[in-house]
Amino acid sequence: MSSQHHTSTIGVAGAPSRRNTELAMLVFAVVIPVFAYINVGLAKDGSVPAGALGYTLGLGCLAAVAHLVVRKFAPYADPLLLPIATLLNGLGLVLIWRLDQEPSITTDQLGGAMAPGQLLWSTVGIGLFVGVLVLLKDHRILQRYTYISMVVALFLLLMPLIPGIGRNVNGARIWISIPGVGSLQPGEFAKIVIAVFFAGYLMVKRDALALASRRFMGVYLPRGRDLGPILMIWGVSLMILVFETDLGSSLLLFGLFVIMLYVATERTSWIIFGMLLSAVGAVSVASFNSHVGLRVDRWLNPLDRVPDGAGGMGVTETAQALYSIGSGGMMGSGLGQGYSRLIGGIAPKSDYILSTVGEELGLTGFMAILILYGLLVQRGIRTALAARDPFGKLLAVGLSGAFVLQVFVVAGGVTALIPLTGMTMPFLAQGGSSVIANWALIAILLRISDTARRPAPAPAQNPDAEMTQVVRP
Amino acid sequence: MNKPLRRVAIFAGLLVLALLARVNWLQFVQGEELSTHKDNRRVAIGRYAIPRGDIIVGDKSVTGHAETTGSDFKFKRTWKDGPLWAPVTGYASQAFGANQLEEINDGILTGTDDRLFFDRTIDMITGEERQGGDVVTTINADAQRAAYNGLKGKKGAAVAIDPKTGAILALVSTPSYDPSSFAGNSDKDSEAWTKLNSDKNKPMLNRALRETYPPGSTFKVVTAAAALENGTYDIDQNTHSDPVHYKLPLTTDSWLPNPIAGKCGNASMEVGLQWSCNTVFAKVSDEVGNKAMIEQAEKFGFNEEQFVPIRSAESVYPEMDRPQNALGGIGQSSVRATPLQMAMVAAAVANDGKLMKPYLVDKLLAPNLDTIERTEPQELREAVSEETARKLQQGMETVVRDGTGAPVQLTNATVGGKTGTAQHGDKNEALPYAWMITYAKGENGKDVAVAVVVEDGSADREQISGSGIAGPIAKSVMQAIVGKGA
Repeated sequence: MSSQHHTSTIGVAGAPSRRNTELAMLVFAVVIPVFAYINVGLAKDGSVPAGALGYTLGLGCLAAVAHLVVRKFAPYADPLLLPIATLLNGLGLVLIWRLDQEPSITTDQLGGAMAPGQLLWSTVGIGLFVGVLVLLKDHRILQRYTYISMVVALFLLLMPLIPGIGRNVNGARIWISIPGVGSLQPGEFAKIVIAVFFAGYLMVKRDALALASRRFMGVYLPRGRDLGPILMIWGVSLMILVFETDLGSSLLLFGLFVIMLYVATERTSWIIFGMLLSAVGAVSVASFNSHVGLRVDRWLNPLDRVPDGAGGMGVTETAQALYSIGSGGMMGSGLGQGYSRLIGGIAPKSDYILSTVGEELGLTGFMAILILYGLLVQRGIRTALAARDPFGKLLAVGLSGAFVLQVFVVAGGVTALIPLTGMTMPFLAQGGSSVIANWALIAILLRISDTARRPAPAPAQNPDAEMTQVVRP
Repeated sequence: MNKPLRRVAIFAGLLVLALLARVNWLQFVQGEELSTHKDNRRVAIGRYAIPRGDIIVGDKSVTGHAETTGSDFKFKRTWKDGPLWAPVTGYASQAFGANQLEEINDGILTGTDDRLFFDRTIDMITGEERQGGDVVTTINADAQRAAYNGLKGKKGAAVAIDPKTGAILALVSTPSYDPSSFAGNSDKDSEAWTKLNSDKNKPMLNRALRETYPPGSTFKVVTAAAALENGTYDIDQNTHSDPVHYKLPLTTDSWLPNPIAGKCGNASMEVGLQWSCNTVFAKVSDEVGNKAMIEQAEKFGFNEEQFVPIRSAESVYPEMDRPQNALGGIGQSSVRATPLQMAMVAAAVANDGKLMKPYLVDKLLAPNLDTIERTEPQELREAVSEETARKLQQGMETVVRDGTGAPVQLTNATVGGKTGTAQHGDKNEALPYAWMITYAKGENGKDVAVAVVVEDGSADREQISGSGIAGPIAKSVMQAIVGKGA
């Protein structure tokens, strides 16, 4: 019967490994950023940049190492995840390098050129990627660390509040700085650890949460005692919002929990509860917290001028980002020919990197990038569908959900679709923590997908199956 | 768990779709608005990324450009004789925006105008940089210089118009400013800008177009026109005017005297113009009535803004009660006029009643010097009938031949004119404004109408008279057009 082959949810036994597809796609994922890199050089100086060969080799080597490790340690993994991540990472490097060419935002006070550092962090990220694939033979091992994960996640989330190492950047307290190492955003790592905790916790509790409920007006209401965890997560996310004034992490944490809860219990009522709680939380914090309130105000009136501190009325960053994106039009100004530096500071390289995409690559390029993110997420959820164990399903959807929420929150903030938050665009934006954490996230997804798509071991030849022996006393 | 997983997949897809919709909205629907928003610095960067096209007087450009460094902007605007041309061109500054012709024709000067689309496409194909087009003005350089030199050191303005076409031949405002001084983006430019803006003499005010003055006795031409058009009096008909003073209607002891004694008793309007008799025109204005006075003033262009294409201030002849309307007939009370407006009055009279729309831009040129647009002379309206116009000409020519306007006589042209000394300030204590409006029909076939106003330039009140101060300036402007003569 061929009907089994039409079933897309379950990995088909004996499926092709698709490693050669991955390799072919990776060639594009390396060549496209290299062309972009050359394009910037030609636009800025009229010559092929001196670093072109080094950059090609660097990115090519990273991609090759990653590919070979996948080929060896996760041969049945999804073929698109690695090329898309490589392409986004490569384009991110080009965009940061391109913005490094603007002297006004590459002064020593602002940290100088950032592309070399980002390349280093990308290498570390690929290293972690390799480490995860080599050391994590089976994602179910993570299940053992459910409650340790919870502790680690809470610690990571609340770290920026610890006096001495927590740092306040642009009004949001989401950074920590460790002397000698530099600064990092623990929230980026927290999202992975949290997904592990939720997956482990919900796998165990899903039946209790799903079945023990009363029906009221057509929806299943959870029991009071089962509301405990959701209220706790709500509380933590509000704490993050209030004390770290970090809208993004708070939304990410809570959204992630609601998505995973819904998948685990298959109960729509949890979504309704989630929406209600987040609406109550968001509105009350926005009205009482001045920083969040200010961001909401910027979002509602993005083009208004505000006092610039020097007595005049200045154009806000939000407005600058919108002018930048709007000026891109359909085709964009071309790489190296836009003015996203007008946003000022290092923001064009980090939080606002998408405005450079919008201005220089135009609507066409912006949509292409967004579709790449969409594809990456859909491949992640596809992995969840294919996974054969509930923990793997929950973990995969959790990681993908966290990813898409982050993309939405950042891109939505930059384009003023929603209030701006201080998160970074995965792979594209400057920031070591982000790129390292996201490479680890991709590695875990690859691991789950490899387990899911790996052909089941052929049943061992059982000589007893041939004939039935009748044992007579 | 697969059903909720599929729903999550759809949800994730919707999030991405929302982002796609948003960027389409920003970059496609709102793209034009955002990319040309006044706060979007790319507009200014683009404006100064290439050498700006020039503004041309006669066949010479009065503007230029220079390279700048140290900022986003590559080129800045320069002027060859800034203070002389600023009232015509306006300014174009990297830091402070642009005004007047520089602003109105920015699209042509920067080469971004839609009418240059074809040129830009060619440039794109041939790989050449975008180029700016030129703006050719109607200004006559000699007339402009004559007016500027005459007004140098004084506060005032002069406007000259070709009565037959409406082409503006001179447009001067003093004290003037050098727009080059703040065309860039440096601290020095900023200082110059602040200094000019805080100068109490308001050098950046375009007095020729944007300042309104009481027109004083020059307005008597309009009053005479109203009387002629309404049949109140003929030009040489006895108005039964008082020789010494005129009691304002509805008052018991408000007396209006005449500036010159012994000429104004039982005078006609022609004599009234000749010796600038207040008793004649206050009486005539009262008899014509406020409504008819407003109508006549509006036919000359009062109570509306003019666009040349630079916007001029609105000259006013308002609704007033009888005593004020009587004063309005001699250009006092609440009557106010721009120098441009009074030049239009002289021009309409000289052009046999037809008021031509004043204009400053002759044509717009593409970078390859093709004409993109040429301004055709256009009749604004008939201000007065031809018959009335001839009678007014008779009156104004008498003023020059044998009256208060004698200083503007020319040997090679028929000249008409009217002087004015306008009182203003609290209880008229401020130094009065000296006015002169004239027209000349030259033997060389060229016509010109001129209005000159000089603000309180002299401390000696007696010295300030239309013919004494404004007259010589008007004369030199006319000579620039019709020639010096023998």
